[in-house]
Amino acid sequence: MTPLLWVLRDALGLTGTKFGCGMGLCGACTVHLDGIAVRSCVTPVGSVGSKAVTTIEGFSKDMSHPLLRAWLDEQVPQCGYCQSGQIMQAASLLAANPHPTQNDIDTAMSGNICRCGTYQRIRRAIARAAAS
Amino acid sequence: MDRRDFIEIGAKASASLLLGFYWHTSKAARDELIANDSSATHVLNAWLRISSDNRITILAEKPELGQGSWTYSAMMVAEELEVDWSTIRVEQAPTIPSVYQGLHTSGSGGVAACYRQLRAVGAQAREMLRAAAAAHWKRSIDECLAENGTIVHSPTSRRMSYGELAAAASRVAPPGLNDVPLKAVADFRYIGQPLLRVDTRSKISGCARFGIDVRVPTMLFAVVARCPYFGGRLGHFDAATARSLPGVRAIFPIEPLARRYNTAGGVAVVADSTWVAMQARTMLDIRWQRSQKNLENAASLHRLAVASVSGPATYKALDRGNAMAALTAAARRLQADYETPFQAHATLEPMNTTVHVRTDTIEVWSPTQFADEIQAEIAVLSGLSSDQVIVHTTFSGGSFGRRYQWDYAAEAWQVARQMRQPVQLLWSREDDMQHDFYRPYNYQRVSAGLDAAGRLTAWQTRIATTSIAETNLYTGYVESPAALRDPATIAALEWYGADLAPYDVPNVCIEYSPIASTVPRSWWRSVASSYTAFAKECFIDELAHALGRDPVEYRLSLLPEHDAAARRLRHVLQLTAAKAGWGDPLPSRHGRGIACRYGDTVSAEVAEVSVLEDGSVQVVRVTSGVDCGIAVNPDGVRAMVEGGINFGLTATLTAAITVEDGCVKQSNFHDYQVLRIGQAPEIDVWIVPSVEDPSGVGELGVMTIAPAVVNAIFAATGIRVRRLPVERSLLQRT
Repeated sequence: MTPLLWVLRDALGLTGTKFGCGMGLCGACTVHLDGIAVRSCVTPVGSVGSKAVTTIEGFSKDMSHPLLRAWLDEQVPQCGYCQSGQIMQAASLLAANPHPTQNDIDTAMSGNICRCGTYQRIRRAIARAAAS
Repeated sequence: MDRRDFIEIGAKASASLLLGFYWHTSKAARDELIANDSSATHVLNAWLRISSDNRITILAEKPELGQGSWTYSAMMVAEELEVDWSTIRVEQAPTIPSVYQGLHTSGSGGVAACYRQLRAVGAQAREMLRAAAAAHWKRSIDECLAENGTIVHSPTSRRMSYGELAAAASRVAPPGLNDVPLKAVADFRYIGQPLLRVDTRSKISGCARFGIDVRVPTMLFAVVARCPYFGGRLGHFDAATARSLPGVRAIFPIEPLARRYNTAGGVAVVADSTWVAMQARTMLDIRWQRSQKNLENAASLHRLAVASVSGPATYKALDRGNAMAALTAAARRLQADYETPFQAHATLEPMNTTVHVRTDTIEVWSPTQFADEIQAEIAVLSGLSSDQVIVHTTFSGGSFGRRYQWDYAAEAWQVARQMRQPVQLLWSREDDMQHDFYRPYNYQRVSAGLDAAGRLTAWQTRIATTSIAETNLYTGYVESPAALRDPATIAALEWYGADLAPYDVPNVCIEYSPIASTVPRSWWRSVASSYTAFAKECFIDELAHALGRDPVEYRLSLLPEHDAAARRLRHVLQLTAAKAGWGDPLPSRHGRGIACRYGDTVSAEVAEVSVLEDGSVQVVRVTSGVDCGIAVNPDGVRAMVEGGINFGLTATLTAAITVEDGCVKQSNFHDYQVLRIGQAPEIDVWIVPSVEDPSGVGELGVMTIAPAVVNAIFAATGIRVRRLPVERSLLQRT
């Protein structure tokens, strides 16, 4: 069955969610199902059922979410390709754990690869958003 | 530029005139540029438009790969133009080679190439706006000052905005770009400030468009099944089952493009969606033919390399003094071998390109760092002229040198020319991992001679490498087999960074031998420096320890005060060591290591590592000192150095590409493990204040992180690692 990722990108034109590996190894395709981060590249669209799907496009349309403000303040992105997935993963973390330690952040974000190497700034941005 | 270069065109939109002049352009090219411009703006020059409502658009030549090119380009123009940063937006300049000759970036060269040119672009427009205001007020231009998007007549405080003046400004004869006055560094308002990047908002809201995000009406999606054996070919294939899958539009073979392109060839699958194309590909029944029983593997390469550095060298790349005689005469000789594997770029956005082939034009959308070359190459392949090929450069999801090749665009053209619709060719992660142009496999034997007093009198590096030049034969870099022996070509591609200077060593010899491999090789962030700095800076460390000297103090002793280059490196070494707390006590199995490099940009890195009982290495902290001239955007410099360090740590600690039976063994992020957040160290970057012209930093962080970490591992454990990535079993405590 078609993975949710390709329905979002090819059928619905929501290209903010990215393809990186197709095996749930890199996190670039992370979206929320009922607020919880999942890898859309290995989520069959039929398994979504009645759950609400949130992609980066609908995450914070006015860009007021503390994570986006922190991402701006810390100037996190370089190429930017992984950042949709990083932000969706971080939002899922903060929803479950509003005040994560650095260890909590490293654990929750360990499935999201950033090949440009913005990890230090991702850590700072999540901590900043949590403190705001 | 004279008056004839000045163009005036009638109204294209109700609100304003489109007026413009262009630098170094033919009339045809200017006409084309203006014809392509549908906006209601005033084209001040090829890089700059100002709208009636004071919006400033800067056209960036250098593609935005993540390195901040759009931001530094805009900063340079804005600095001299005197405008508010918030009024600026940036677009990618189009492929019009007669106007834009720099639609590519490589070798950390963007900032240095643009620094004076783009400031002059801003200054030229500023002077024209001043002249227009002076004419309007009938006053001397000296009384008309540019200030934050307005021209102020200082004696009367009258003001006109740039938007109001832009139309008139274009009637002013433009001053030459070499003649316009540029600000003194002390007067800079933007350059040197950590301004926010212009592309951040689009990249955190999901609206930034990468190559993979291109959507063109009626577009189809394609994948290619490529021959996994380098140099192999398609034998038999049966597509009957795959064709029966709903949504499949076409399945056909494509030829490998050898010279210049290095595409693998294979079977193309075109479908209504990416997923259908990918599924249909798995249903193909394909038999591949290997080339001449190619059984290349990691062990065979290793044997070739060891034989190569043990036998006579092919080329003497550098010979200063008489290293052989000095080595023979030395009181003490030391020798060590260093080995580094192939590495993949593994950009997170896999290779892709969208192509629409029409009867007499071809339109291309590509994430590339070399749009002008893609335009030229597709023109050659298709038989069209360059101006019939339009290339739209999108954002690139990482590049690191990979997108300086044009194979994936040529392959997309091969697929699209069979279809009457636009086609997006996407590589899967597995395609990308197994058909990269890899960092070369490299082996170095380094020898040093010490005299009776322990002075370093001789140094020899013998490099055996799977040459980059050979893969790029018949490209613009290596035009003929004769160029494979050209010392300048070889120096730039194969052994750059191996020279000892400015370390003061009287006798230095660098020898180089290419070793045969079917694996495609090319530029990988920092190119040869990624392995030459490893061998050199590790061996310097070995010499320091062999002599019982502190590694920082020993390096300083090799850098004489009277030499300007050595003095610059000394300063960065001392700064970095001090900021890293060099010499401060550390817990057991922790250690610090240092490494440095000298080039246009001078830098040093201190890594602090912790080696666990199971042999795994955690890099706790990296301190980097950087002298890159003036830091145009200091936060951008920091970001590049941080990213470079993380990129280099993957190659140091966690990943390698290995070849078995003529194929790449790794396929995805489970077996090519790039650095993850929990492995990322704290990083402190210290920038040396400077007013000199800027030099690049994009590759910098990568170059010295491997030797810094390996030297730190030695400090922590007494174990010397000479092969990357670091093998945990070597460091395990039993």
